[in-house]
Amino acid sequence: MLQLDQLRTEIHSSQGIVVAVDGVSLAIQPGETFALVGESGSGKSVTALSISRLLPDNACIAAGDVRLDDASLADLPESEMRAYRGGRIAMIFQEPATSLNAVMSVGRQLVEAITTHTELRGAAARAKAVDWLKRVGIAEPERRIDSYPFQLSGGQKQRVMIAMALATEPALLIADEPTTALDVTVQKQILDLLLDLQRERGMAMLLITHDLGVVSQVADRVGIMYAGELVELGSKAAFFSKPLHPYATRLLGALPDVDKRGHLLEAIAGSVPPLYQAFDGCRFAPRCYSATARCRGEIPPMYEMGGGHGVRCFAYAPEAAVPLVLPPLRDIGAGRVARQLGDKALLAVENLRVRFPIRSGLLQRVSGHVDAVHEVSFSLRPGETLALVGESGSGKTTTGKAILQLLRGTAVVDGQAMLGDIDLMRAGKAELMRARRQMQIIFQDPFGSLNPRMRVGEILAEGIQSLRPELDLAERRRRVDDLLEQVSLPQSALTRFPHEFSGGQRQRIAIARALAVEPSLIVCDEPTSALDVSVQAQILNLLKELQQQLGVAYLFITHNIGVVEYLADRIAVMQAGRIVETGESASLLTAPQHAYTRTLLAAVPRVVVGEADAEVLLPA
Amino acid sequence: MKIVVLWTDWVVLLVLLGTLAYGWKVMRQPHLAVTWRKAFNTATGTSAATVLAVFLVIGLLDSLHYRPAIAGKADAYATETRSVLDDILHQQQTGRERSYSAPLAYQGYEKEATVIDGQATRAYLRLQHGGAHLDQPEQQWAADVLLRTLAGVGLGLLVAAAATALAVLLLARKRRQGLGVAWRSLRRGQVGFPLRAVLLTLTVLAVLAGVMAMLATAYHVLGTDRVGNDLLYVVLKSIRTALVIGTMSTLVTMPIAVGLGICAGYLRGWVDEAIQYVYTVINSIPYVLLIAAVVLILMVFIDNHPDLFPTSAERTDARLFFLCIILGMTSWTELCRLIRGEVIKLREAEYIQAAQAFGVGTWRILLVHLLPNVMHLILISMVINFSGLVLAEAVLSYVGIGVDPSMQSFGTLINTARLELSREPTIWWTLATAFTFMFSLVLSANLFSDAIRDAFDPRATHK
Repeated sequence: MLQLDQLRTEIHSSQGIVVAVDGVSLAIQPGETFALVGESGSGKSVTALSISRLLPDNACIAAGDVRLDDASLADLPESEMRAYRGGRIAMIFQEPATSLNAVMSVGRQLVEAITTHTELRGAAARAKAVDWLKRVGIAEPERRIDSYPFQLSGGQKQRVMIAMALATEPALLIADEPTTALDVTVQKQILDLLLDLQRERGMAMLLITHDLGVVSQVADRVGIMYAGELVELGSKAAFFSKPLHPYATRLLGALPDVDKRGHLLEAIAGSVPPLYQAFDGCRFAPRCYSATARCRGEIPPMYEMGGGHGVRCFAYAPEAAVPLVLPPLRDIGAGRVARQLGDKALLAVENLRVRFPIRSGLLQRVSGHVDAVHEVSFSLRPGETLALVGESGSGKTTTGKAILQLLRGTAVVDGQAMLGDIDLMRAGKAELMRARRQMQIIFQDPFGSLNPRMRVGEILAEGIQSLRPELDLAERRRRVDDLLEQVSLPQSALTRFPHEFSGGQRQRIAIARALAVEPSLIVCDEPTSALDVSVQAQILNLLKELQQQLGVAYLFITHNIGVVEYLADRIAVMQAGRIVETGESASLLTAPQHAYTRTLLAAVPRVVVGEADAEVLLPA
Repeated sequence: MKIVVLWTDWVVLLVLLGTLAYGWKVMRQPHLAVTWRKAFNTATGTSAATVLAVFLVIGLLDSLHYRPAIAGKADAYATETRSVLDDILHQQQTGRERSYSAPLAYQGYEKEATVIDGQATRAYLRLQHGGAHLDQPEQQWAADVLLRTLAGVGLGLLVAAAATALAVLLLARKRRQGLGVAWRSLRRGQVGFPLRAVLLTLTVLAVLAGVMAMLATAYHVLGTDRVGNDLLYVVLKSIRTALVIGTMSTLVTMPIAVGLGICAGYLRGWVDEAIQYVYTVINSIPYVLLIAAVVLILMVFIDNHPDLFPTSAERTDARLFFLCIILGMTSWTELCRLIRGEVIKLREAEYIQAAQAFGVGTWRILLVHLLPNVMHLILISMVINFSGLVLAEAVLSYVGIGVDPSMQSFGTLINTARLELSREPTIWWTLATAFTFMFSLVLSANLFSDAIRDAFDPRATHK
């Protein structure tokens, strides 16, 4: 039904012409879910925007064709394209908060979509809108239809977006990371909803995602994109039972899970090449173990492997195939001292309670409190990793910041937290400085956590300067050099600014900064959730190695269960400000006691490699 | 000759040095250099900067003051303080007429009482300087003006051609290309920097200046005012006043706005309340009244302390100086509010929290982490404020509380034009002159500030 034929989309930027999508050919049948997977910068979103022709002003479809049934969308005038957009093709985006108009009630927006694309008017259109809200699973649709977006939760907003997209009865739904901004339990509901509606309507769906777990749950067919090209294309069953392209296998190897605990993850060294250059070889060759001279000098075509499974790699060439080299399996800490877990607790938190004051009235008096964290207790031994798991708003970040004493002055913190012999909550200025030398933090966003106006050298030296004033300039310099070596960054990084580094490199800088004062505890606040899978693997490996070498303990705050399985020794599950369950990682994951833990674990989309899935829906 | 450095001259010199130092810093910091290059990468921005640069040079020449020695006496200097610009425009300064004369006129604008053939009568009298070289002005005037205009155009084109040749030569040397190749890439605008636009702007400016210069040797190009002063001289002298007011008031504004804004945003609590209270109060006082009151107090002070201000130039300069301070003190609230808002946003940034986790002191966070990150806001509002302040001076002088009436400024020019417009026949050239010059100054400042904002605003999209 939808057919892309050698699609090539160019973006004109200050660096030159960026070929964001190059020679992508694929076809989607009615009733089929096609998942386009890739890391950031692989061109998957640009492909979607090219189909609906919503490209920014500086981008254009340079060659190739987009065909929907018999119409060639690339050549249509804008006025006719508008009828297709919304009518035949609908889109849902990543961020439900910004895709809805904040000053219109959801009913009005829904009715507007219905009257634009169907014959229904007035009361009939409104009735249809109520009907749709009911079908996307919004409780009390008659009342909810007059709500404004701010009155709805993120999941509800995404449901409304789906209702709006589907109300026009499109033949093709493009879902661009529809669940990335949502919690994992909500993600499951939204994916189930999309699948139900798709089956009911026989609609085709193009799902764009970076999450291989989601793909293995919902897709019928899979396309892997790398650096603007489709490198592998096949049915879900065929792909997950035997991924062919070296990039695809290594991407799966980079996913953290419980089976890989003993080893380092498969981190793909290097980065995606910039797309403003011309390629004369395979684009993955610089990062590939199997790459030969042929890979570097000749552009691989898409080889058909039977059953619609195609792969762009010389390893599958009919003649003179390049032999595949398997990446070496790396163990952690081979030849190093085994990690020592002490008996005495490094950090003991008891009955921690954090309340944020609500101010109101003319004089801004405190009129009440919002409880963010209730009576949280846990302890952490030296060299141990405790994962604090929970969905957004469960109070995990607040707990971390309260322990680090970053909430002094903004929130009321009760309870007790002992770091060694220091009572953190009642520590005076000098004691607090002593405590700060022992605990540090790594943040989620590697772009926001480094001051853009400071050189990397200054950033790394700042902590030493503040907490170890006894060290002189030469000593400080020596420490900064050591830090760079620990996180494997070149010495030349010192004089550069943060914006000159990629996301993964910045996160390394942030880790080095935290290590600068030789802390015994690092609070890791979602350190990998803004990163791509392959980069996430690099960072997790680094964290694991550092723990082996330095014996540092991590309080690891995350919502990513895969990371928890891979890294954590013990797990504490948080819900609505309370810890509902704590336990050793292995026992908690295999035999969860609390109902919420079970829901959470069941909602996690998992990748099953090497097993043919019986449930695959083949196109009718 | 005794070199005189007036208070505002100090300011001008310090600003110049500061700008040079900043430029040196920009060259050494790659991220700043890239952003600034972006600001100079649009044809509009660079052309505006070129025009602005010409105004700046005129203002600078007018800021180099001295008192000439009295001939024959040692250690005695004239009471008159002159600037380098005065020397360049010596002919215009001294070539005073009796009263009004139209641009390029050779006779007075109004009939004057005179004695012709022993009979008292009223007639249009020949000007003393304008067109004085013509024997039979009725026949010769048009040809003479045309000839001088053409000569001026030629001169301007010659200068422009020389500048272009120099640019081509430098380009060819820098790129190690032949002259022809360099010229062709310049003509097609393929040199990365909008050099073509700059050269075109320079050509237009050179032609205009050439024509003015050729005509000014024999005529009053822009006419004369009520007491016969050449308007070209007056308006060129006004440029310095406008520039001083624009830059110095901004300089006064900056530390107040930035300091208070950052403190209010980061420290919150009672500091924030107090600062907000102060700027709300200042904002609600009509600033014209405030300035009028302060200027009156100042005038009394200057009159009572003649020993502090020995020459009239120093008196008028002191008034200008304090006017700038008052303007600056009343116009910091907008920027302060802007910076406070930005800092409230930034204080939640993770790098600030990381610094707090290191126990970094409050002062260091304010200066090292927050100040550099609001610098782009400061720069943007500095250039936008500049033109606003130039206009404010015009308004204040129009109301009569601006600069000293003896000091040439756009405001005083417009104020006199107000009366002249209601005369019959109308004197139109004062207003036209003031308007044209002020308009080109403010417009080029605005266009340049637009380019800077586009380059520095992180939210602006760069296509």
